[in-house]
Amino acid sequence: MRAKQTGRAMRYSAFQILKQGLTGNKGWQPVWRSPEPKPAYDVIIIGGGGHGLATAYYLAKNHGLTNIAVLERGYLGGGNVGRNTTIVRANYHLNGNSEFYSHSLKLWEGLEQELNYNAMMSQRGVLNLCHSDGQFDFYSRRGNLIRAQGDDAEMLDRAGVQKYAPYLNFKDERFPIRGGLLQRRGGTARHDAVAWGYARGADLRGVDLIQSCEVTGTDIENGKVVGVQTTRGAIKAKKIGMAVAGRSSQVGQMAGLRLPIESHILQAFVTEGLKPIVPGVVTFGMGHFYLSQSDKGGLVFGGDIDMYNSYAARGNMPMMEHVMEAGMAMMPAIGKARVLRGWGGIVDMTMDGSPIIDKTHVDGLFFNGGWNYGGFKATPASGWCYAHLIATGNHSEYATKLLMNRFVTGHVLDEEGTGAHPNKH
Amino acid sequence: MRLNCPHCGPRDLREFSYRGAAKLIARPDGADMAAMVDYVHYRDNPAGPNAELWLHEYGCRAWLHIVRNTITHEVLSIDLARDKALEAGR
Repeated sequence: MRAKQTGRAMRYSAFQILKQGLTGNKGWQPVWRSPEPKPAYDVIIIGGGGHGLATAYYLAKNHGLTNIAVLERGYLGGGNVGRNTTIVRANYHLNGNSEFYSHSLKLWEGLEQELNYNAMMSQRGVLNLCHSDGQFDFYSRRGNLIRAQGDDAEMLDRAGVQKYAPYLNFKDERFPIRGGLLQRRGGTARHDAVAWGYARGADLRGVDLIQSCEVTGTDIENGKVVGVQTTRGAIKAKKIGMAVAGRSSQVGQMAGLRLPIESHILQAFVTEGLKPIVPGVVTFGMGHFYLSQSDKGGLVFGGDIDMYNSYAARGNMPMMEHVMEAGMAMMPAIGKARVLRGWGGIVDMTMDGSPIIDKTHVDGLFFNGGWNYGGFKATPASGWCYAHLIATGNHSEYATKLLMNRFVTGHVLDEEGTGAHPNKH
Repeated sequence: MRLNCPHCGPRDLREFSYRGAAKLIARPDGADMAAMVDYVHYRDNPAGPNAELWLHEYGCRAWLHIVRNTITHEVLSIDLARDKALEAGR
């Protein structure tokens, strides 16, 4: 499958670790090149995050396109792919979303072998707690729809949850644990490694990864895109794909795109390293809270977005307090752990809570964004489907409903049923 | 973050809830489909000064029209949404 290797590719293996370890670790090579931008490319991807890098990788691997540049204003993987809580799952219930995330989970399962890169993919299970009969019924229905899609889902009753996750709070009178929806194939992956693995895979196939290169304008002639202006000069391209979630409105504006998106802040937190206590991912059903434990031992958790538009990439105290309170309600033991740090990321919140992968009104310009707070698990399928769209001009069978004009036609994908309020999804 | 409510003075962020872009004051004629789609779904989403609506939910319950910098969170102006709506002839 390695169509266009550059000749200096180093295959990672246990043997390689042993060999390098015994020779003073002097033989490791840079994971990717740092090329100067060429004057023209077939395809330019704006944004060197997880989705942009995955798109470049699949354009090269699935469609044989290699005259590609990924333009990144900062450094590769420096945005939300390095800021999320690393959860991978496919537990959506609407047609349009479910086949997309189902495809993504399947790609996750073979990702490390395919990329020859340790992404620490760990299918340790994702458990969504429910706290009332109504919620139990709703989750049962969701579980059935997930199974109908072909993915795994099982309902645990209270005793089942107690057996699976005995460290949770079973004495809470206000939010009693009624049961849970468990997806055993869900889990976590090392987020940075996913970006690096895709970057390496794309670079090996000849894609130019160009860092510290900010796009400052889009060149459009007669309704067709012809190139971009950047801080490192003008670069021509036949096709341009945006993958800049968080900054979609700004980059879109350069090409006259008006988007159904608000930018909000989502915070995440990590504690000091602890002995293993939480084997999988657990989410609280009475408030937005999700928790897992990293391989290093830190509890990684997060909650709601900060609720107001922001590009500050840092959160505010009330939401921090809210997240801690939800965590204490679900699992009081975490009160003994010290929080090491918290951070914020800018997320594209769409008006229905679902993403967009589509063409735009400009010929040759494509849009990928609106990932809300759930872009990480979508990374493989997002790259796969976006590459398909850019290369062929047609939507992949896994992403036929993530359309830009669904807000005009009324075919919105409102998984939570909260309406056009981005801060409520 | 604190917001200086015209009725109550400076109050903690916890007392307020965010209710979206200030353009929601200007509801278009329902027969104008394009205007209604834009009203419901599309946003300027600026990185910089943003006009928005807040509700002083756990205070005087007034709707506020706030211009706030989305990069720094600096509040540039706070008015009663009612005054802004009247000013615009609503």
